Amino acid sequence: MASSPAALPGARRPVALSPAVLRWLVPIGSIVAGLLAFGIFVLAIGRNPIEVYATIVEGGFSSAFSWNNTLLRAAPLILTGLAVAIPAQAGLVMIGGEGALAIGALAASAVAVPLLPWLGAGALVAGAAAGMAGGAAWFALAGWFRANRGLNETISSLLLSYIAIAVFNHVVEGPLRDPASLNKPSTFPLPESAMLGAIPGLDVHWGLAIGIVACVLAQLALSRSTQGFALRVAGGNPRAALLVGLPVGGLIVAACALGGAAAGLAGAIETIAVHGTANASVLAGYGTTGILVAFMARQQPLAIVPVAILMGGISAAGSLLQRRLDLPDATTMVLQGLLFVAILAGDAFLPKERR
Amino acid sequence: MDAVLTVLIAVLGGAIRVSTPFLFVSLGECITEKSGRINLGLEGTMVFGAMFGYAVSYHTGSPWLGVLAAGLSGVVFGAVHGLLCSLPRVNDTAVGISLIVLGLGLAFFFGKAYVQPTAPRLPSIDLGSWAELPALRAALQVNALFVVGAVLALALHWAFANTRWGLQLRTVGDSADAARALGLPVARTRIQATALGGFFGGVAGAYLSLYYPGSWNEALSSGQGVMAVALVIFARWRPLGCFKAALIFGGAGSIGPALQSVGVQAGYHLWNAAPYVLTLAIMLASTSKARASIGAPGELSMTR
Repeated sequence: MASSPAALPGARRPVALSPAVLRWLVPIGSIVAGLLAFGIFVLAIGRNPIEVYATIVEGGFSSAFSWNNTLLRAAPLILTGLAVAIPAQAGLVMIGGEGALAIGALAASAVAVPLLPWLGAGALVAGAAAGMAGGAAWFALAGWFRANRGLNETISSLLLSYIAIAVFNHVVEGPLRDPASLNKPSTFPLPESAMLGAIPGLDVHWGLAIGIVACVLAQLALSRSTQGFALRVAGGNPRAALLVGLPVGGLIVAACALGGAAAGLAGAIETIAVHGTANASVLAGYGTTGILVAFMARQQPLAIVPVAILMGGISAAGSLLQRRLDLPDATTMVLQGLLFVAILAGDAFLPKERR
Repeated sequence: MDAVLTVLIAVLGGAIRVSTPFLFVSLGECITEKSGRINLGLEGTMVFGAMFGYAVSYHTGSPWLGVLAAGLSGVVFGAVHGLLCSLPRVNDTAVGISLIVLGLGLAFFFGKAYVQPTAPRLPSIDLGSWAELPALRAALQVNALFVVGAVLALALHWAFANTRWGLQLRTVGDSADAARALGLPVARTRIQATALGGFFGGVAGAYLSLYYPGSWNEALSSGQGVMAVALVIFARWRPLGCFKAALIFGGAGSIGPALQSVGVQAGYHLWNAAPYVLTLAIMLASTSKARASIGAPGELSMTR
């Protein structure tokens, strides 16, 4: 309150900063505002914000152990973030990533395990491909509903996500259940030795590298290719896109399919690299957190990587917060929520021509 | 034959029990959407309301005070959504998603202390005392909130068409420009509508924790808050449609448990998907490329 009289007149005047500067300054300012808001929350519950933040940094970003933990969580988040960001270029808000991830995990397990004796490591490639195909088909349905029936994709992707999770539970506890999995119904597992390995020098599986490469490719495709440009035109102004003869419906379905492939790949990698099997542990909410990651990255594929690492680190710190400071697990969720709200509110301060 | 009757009665009872939170949260969403905004955040509002209502009921011993408190916490969430979305270029769908994360986070944070204790629950009204079948009598144990919700649906139906408030709300929701030309306060109307919608969302949450399932835990909600948006589309933005949609949705969701109660285990999880498949099918059947959503308020970002 003390500093506001000086700040207020400046904020009310039309902002004189150049759009390029604002595009960097606003997200950074939003994150700072979100961190401050969480600090106030921590103060309000009678704890020390500096101590809490120090614990988060220690739990997520200090030792090799905590970095591994962070990157293990970031790996699926990069892909599920991409699953939201690619359709977003066409102006779509897809929130059903968890469902595409579930289908991807199921498809990967169903394909990789039986093929293992025949193909060896090739079975993992086949599993990943099956996961991508499954996720792509799932999201493409929502895109097709949107393009051909005018059905809102946010809602249909959510409905499809609930259906996917029901199918997942049905298959995991029914047709594909490994009878040896007693307390936690699971599909037949891959032997540990056959699972996707770690990146040399890290304790993190190759899925992290795959996700980063996918983001680089997506960024290049969006900014350099004709199709990427067409997609952004269709997203920015569908009427103009139709007028210049762009196949808007096809672009929408394609963007959804690509996004779904990313989420499906996330599920596939969780299966073939982390759990070895498809079970309830795969559905840890990465699909949902991916929405947050994509919006915080302002739907820019390259920005998804650092945001996913930040979010992964915050949630990795949850257990240390619990053990050392006796704070509930959900503390990290409050922080993520406040950051998300702050980032979105920041849109009000962006230059007009870009959202 | 007996088994069929048992299943039907169980579905009826389930429809009444399960539909109430859907009814409240979809009426809340309906009010908000009539003003031209979408609030996906009702999921977070509802879960926070469930926790807060439970906590207040535990501390005061009065479940009805809990319901009120849950509604008031919903007003706060709704007002935050309404205020944020009144800023230029801020997207209502995205803000809703962020408030889901924040609402769930806060509910789980403060709710950890209330997982164990047992709070006084809402009483039920016995509407089935005339029935001879015990199963039917059990199915007709109705919570007062169900009745309140049904009356509210009727009241809203009337108010949208016949009151100054309803007319103002619909004008703002159909064309902000027309509303401004008439001198109506667009932003204020929307903030109020979202806050009122939040109240309904909070009450829906209190029903979950204080009546059915009737306890507070982190797995309490199965997405009723986000499904509200689908139900409102399904209901074509009409309060009485919300009532119908909530009953159908609740009934469809009760098929699986009802079948299980007579020993049919097959496809239990697939039956859980029944409400979602049904909603998707009805929405697909009622839309076409030419006319996407009949009855939608003109200002709604998601149907434009």
